[in-house]
Amino acid sequence: MSAWSRREFLRGSLVAGTGLAAGIGFPKILTAQGKEPIKVGILHSLSGTMAISEAPIKEVVLMAIGEINKAGGVLGRKVEPVIEDPASNWDLFAEKSKKLLLQDKVAAVFGCWTSVSRKSVLPVFEKNNGLLFYPVQYEGEECSKNVIYTGATINQQATPGIDYLMSAEGGGKKKFYLLGSDYVYPRTTNKILRLYLTKVKKVPESAIAEEYTPFHHQDYQTIVGKIKSFSAAGDAAVINTINGDSNVPFFKELANQGVTADKTPTMSYSFAEVELQTLDVKPLVGHLASWNYFMSLKTPDNLKWVKAYKEWCKGHSIPDKQCVTDDPMMHAYIHVHLWAKAVQKAESTDVEKVLKALEGLEIPSPVGKYKVDEKNHHTWKPVYIGKIREDGQFDVVWKTKSWVRPAPWSEVTYPGRDCDWSNGGKGSFDVVGGKRMWLSDKS
Amino acid sequence: MTAPVRPWDRELVRVGLFGAVFAVGLPTANGLGFVSDYYLNLFGKYLALAILALGMDLIWGYTGILSLGQAIFFGIGAYSIGMHMMLESSGKGVYGEPVPDFMIWNQVYALPLFWKPYTSAVFAIGSSLLLPALLATVIGVLTFRRRLRGTYFAILTQAIAFAVWLMLNRNEMKLGGTNGLTDFKSVLGFSLSSPGTLRALYVVTAAVLVGALLLAQAIVRSKTGLVLEAIRDNERRLEFLGYDTAGFKIFVFAVSAALAGLAGLLYAPQVGIITPSQVGVLPSLEIVIWVAFGGRGTLWGALVGAISVNWLRSVLTGTYPRLWPIILGGLFMAVILLFPAGLIGLAVRAKALVARRGRAVAPAAVAASGVNRHTA
Amino acid sequence: MRALAVVLAAAWVLTGLGGVAAAGPGALDLESVARRLAAPATQKGALGELAASSDPAVERLLRALKDGALYVWKGRLVILGDDAGLTDVAGRPLLDAQGQPAQLGSGQEAVALDESHFGVVQRILERFEVLGKDPAKRQSAAFKLGTSGDPSAIPVLARAIEGETNRDVRAALEDALAKLRLRAPDPADRLGAVKQLGRRASEAAVPQLQALLAEETDPAVRAAARTALQDIDRFVAQRNIVGYLFNGISLAAVLLIMSLGLAVTFGLMGIINMAHGEMLMLGSYTAYVVQEIFAARFPAYADSYFFVALPLAFLVAGLVGFALEWGVIRFLYGRPLETLIVTWGVGMILQQGARLYFGDQTSVNSPTWFRGGVEVLTGLIFPWSRIFIVGLALVALGALWLLLYRSYAGLNVRAVMQNRAMAACLGVSTRRVDAVTFALGTALAGVAGCALALIGTVDPEVGKTYIVDSFMVVVLGGVGKLVGTVVAAVCIGLSNKLIEPAIGGTAAAVYAKVAVLVIVIWFLQWRPTGLFAQRGRAATETA
Repeated sequence: MSAWSRREFLRGSLVAGTGLAAGIGFPKILTAQGKEPIKVGILHSLSGTMAISEAPIKEVVLMAIGEINKAGGVLGRKVEPVIEDPASNWDLFAEKSKKLLLQDKVAAVFGCWTSVSRKSVLPVFEKNNGLLFYPVQYEGEECSKNVIYTGATINQQATPGIDYLMSAEGGGKKKFYLLGSDYVYPRTTNKILRLYLTKVKKVPESAIAEEYTPFHHQDYQTIVGKIKSFSAAGDAAVINTINGDSNVPFFKELANQGVTADKTPTMSYSFAEVELQTLDVKPLVGHLASWNYFMSLKTPDNLKWVKAYKEWCKGHSIPDKQCVTDDPMMHAYIHVHLWAKAVQKAESTDVEKVLKALEGLEIPSPVGKYKVDEKNHHTWKPVYIGKIREDGQFDVVWKTKSWVRPAPWSEVTYPGRDCDWSNGGKGSFDVVGGKRMWLSDKS
Repeated sequence: MTAPVRPWDRELVRVGLFGAVFAVGLPTANGLGFVSDYYLNLFGKYLALAILALGMDLIWGYTGILSLGQAIFFGIGAYSIGMHMMLESSGKGVYGEPVPDFMIWNQVYALPLFWKPYTSAVFAIGSSLLLPALLATVIGVLTFRRRLRGTYFAILTQAIAFAVWLMLNRNEMKLGGTNGLTDFKSVLGFSLSSPGTLRALYVVTAAVLVGALLLAQAIVRSKTGLVLEAIRDNERRLEFLGYDTAGFKIFVFAVSAALAGLAGLLYAPQVGIITPSQVGVLPSLEIVIWVAFGGRGTLWGALVGAISVNWLRSVLTGTYPRLWPIILGGLFMAVILLFPAGLIGLAVRAKALVARRGRAVAPAAVAASGVNRHTA
Repeated sequence: MRALAVVLAAAWVLTGLGGVAAAGPGALDLESVARRLAAPATQKGALGELAASSDPAVERLLRALKDGALYVWKGRLVILGDDAGLTDVAGRPLLDAQGQPAQLGSGQEAVALDESHFGVVQRILERFEVLGKDPAKRQSAAFKLGTSGDPSAIPVLARAIEGETNRDVRAALEDALAKLRLRAPDPADRLGAVKQLGRRASEAAVPQLQALLAEETDPAVRAAARTALQDIDRFVAQRNIVGYLFNGISLAAVLLIMSLGLAVTFGLMGIINMAHGEMLMLGSYTAYVVQEIFAARFPAYADSYFFVALPLAFLVAGLVGFALEWGVIRFLYGRPLETLIVTWGVGMILQQGARLYFGDQTSVNSPTWFRGGVEVLTGLIFPWSRIFIVGLALVALGALWLLLYRSYAGLNVRAVMQNRAMAACLGVSTRRVDAVTFALGTALAGVAGCALALIGTVDPEVGKTYIVDSFMVVVLGGVGKLVGTVVAAVCIGLSNKLIEPAIGGTAAAVYAKVAVLVIVIWFLQWRPTGLFAQRGRAATETA
């Protein structure tokens, strides 16, 4: 043992030390103005469980940035993406967002899919006054100054799904099996849905079952067995908030055990065209999903966008079969343009000014105009319910008549609570005796 | 101390130099604007993980016991301080309720009983150090006294880690489920959003690492250390000589667990989040990889391994987001295949090469240069 | 209550009679009903008249109305076909004055269906699905009619039963009919229906039977309903036990097939191969690639791809394993932990390589004959894919056992593993044996991956999911013992699947797994070298 203490050792560690120091680099003292590109961050898992859903989002964000640059950039400057791979690891999400904000000093970050990842980067964005564009439907009960939520809130996806299932054309379902991955989005969504079902829809507690499986869970034998007995009478539906790759074994098991869509439909909230490509579609025909966008929507703008994306796929060696668009991708695509438009309007990349410019900002999307709410950092959008078709697409069977207002705080859980960031607003508030009580003042 | 005096002095000089570079040099450079706050914070994380690697090296590198449950101990440390920080910032969450946010979405509105003691910082810190040691002692008594060893011990600790990870992911455990604990506002009254706090945390981490290094060296160089190595090399013979090997093994397991808890204690406030993904089988295996990559059976190897692998990962995930697993995997292979003693082995070889040129030392000296080639 | 019953009974009689009348040929004047259907004022009434009809022409008419294909042409109602040709309401093609197929003038508007009647039309149309071509659709339509509680569907059902040849569909039709008869005015009818449902142990009829029990006044029917419900309960309980056992066995088979390879490389050879999961992944991707090739080149034989994929997965994973042993692992014998790290690196490279090459969205479709399963008891289906995996696990186990314990090659393998030096002295090429044995282990992993693609995901991370469980099985069984691996797989599989339903709640799957882990931990603590411990010197060396 004594032999290992040598001088060279010290030399070795010193060499290693210098190497490390050189690698960390020194901050650029000079931040050149003018034609220097504007950096934006892309924070989506490119490996790990969530890569299946998140990797395509990175593609559309890059595509949008490419379009913006082709049209001359923003404020006469090019937009330069900084891509980080947080590898489906929530801790790494926090570290990477710190890097993007503090080291790369990006003007905005487009990122996150799961609510876990959003919750883990949130403190970083709030502490360092960053700007995060979040493209995925989520559970609400949050309203951060530093986040623009382009995905759906509960009332823009989940409750319309329930309404549909309970309606005559949805099969008049009376019992609901709430099945999800065990994390904040399914837990909160189901908490709200349970209240919605019991209070608003007068469904008895006994007609609701709830179950959670871990991420990447593979064995759904017993659970599907339970669903089968639960729905034996044909009056039940499954509300599926399973995230990522676990959907594959779940749906395979459903099909194999003979749980069919016309008897026991599954309404999915985290399962879109992209995930559908990973499955044998035929046994799934007829199962449902609720979203704000479907690839199959026949609007001229959507056809154009899908075509543009198909070309992008060709240029980036993405196999044609995997080259589909879905709701979060659409939101990810438009929120890049949304940011660019806001920066143009604000004539600055300063977060405060951009946020101000975003209030009430409208932007064309593949499915019509989109609008950022004047107050609460969420967006207005239509709701569609689609049925899985044999070709791996969705057949729209129901849609809302008009745009649905985003409600980050659900009426059933927190009646009267809302959120306002405009004109000195301080985020979430309750109305007490006709006066606003800001939640941030409460403590 | 029974160890010879001279090498010990040299070792102290080395530790001093290491301390000077990391505990004094880097923060100074940061103060002068050469190193950004972000990197200082990142290095704080690496140094905390280096403490974890030190513990792993003690039990695996020196004693030859492969524990695949180190991440649990790390988790206990991190969750202990995390719970304290959550309570410190209670009421400042999204919901403005007096309990941590995640409890609200799990419909828990009163603080669970086992959370209550964690309002005390002393209790939290104590729990992050002693609870891992206690748990390790219990596991140690149950296994080492029953002569469970080798692969079986590894797989058993792996099973425990797997079970703990599964449970920790459940929101019913009231520890935040998959989300873990996050959104800490302050630690011991100092706001975590001020760069000063983070700088101080870094300095504390570096200082604690130096302390841990000294402690580990003291153990390794003591008679106990010799017994530990003997356990690694031939436990049976040692038993025949009348040593109570189980006692030594339990001791070193407890120490390594306490070090892991200490690492967690320093990790959570700096990173700002602790989740079950840091507390399972895969993170436990990763610790093994750091140590092997750096050089097993040498404390410096553990340090170098932990810091370099984590740093490489941070850099590569940003520079080559698509290729980083291939580069890192290739590097693991190359280092182990070409330099079985890890990076430290590489350094030793490089030194030997220089020495041969200069003084024409026989190549045999390389083999004898203290690199451990023992197997489990 | 009584008033309700009277009203229901009246409705039942009326509609029932109407239905019977409509079923007779020529009883319904289609033209005149169609005319009333086309006029907004009489649309509702006409729909009511059609409600209980089972005439195929009514289906055609209503479908046309719903799809906007019903037009007025020369004063009469016509249906526009997909080929732009016109037919009358009875389905006869129409010709114009020149004897050519008739065409609609442009700009003509279809007969409108009032939005509020949309649902009614939808329901009537669904009713006709029991007479359709697709048995699955007939079956589900029968089920829907049964639960609708609408007695006007009785004639359609009765007619469907007459012509039904498919056994399953027939059973579904009879169940549906019985469920509707639960509301028949005549207690004898109800009694018959209750008894029939009880006899069939029809779980789907429980809500209807319970509703009947709550309202029924006739004591005989009440008693019968109570017995029927008990029968059904008992049947369901028994059936569930069969189901749990099957689940346990099928999980055991999954565990076994993924552990067999590991039992060779880790159990027999003592190599900790962290890339074992990636060998499994290679098998899954082989299935995927072969499937894609078949789909593109030989679409006619698309279903047979699996029989090409299975041996190919064996070969691919075996070859990669051979290369791994030859290129890397042979330099590391006797240094198991270095092997661990190197193979971990190999695993990372293979994983990301697969991700870069295939992307994340890949799927393996079961061949059509693996779809669905065999219904062993009413409501309990054993999926073919699971049955197949059980069979494959047994075949793989048998083959491996024969190879290791009943062949000369196996003798060599065991000799080298037990005493390398002595085997070498006796002229066995230990190098070659090592390489081939390792390749065999990885090849088995490939087969497992190919088979598991039928029930799980095909993605770069698939190996990670299974690796921890596999090590557990091998260690619990006792390193180096094939029989131990089998027993361990069966124990873990069965206990997991029997504990899971016993726990219940929102997290049964996880708690069951944790419970099994605790049992394993306790067991290893009690018996440190597994179920079937190796004795003698080899045991000390591997420990």
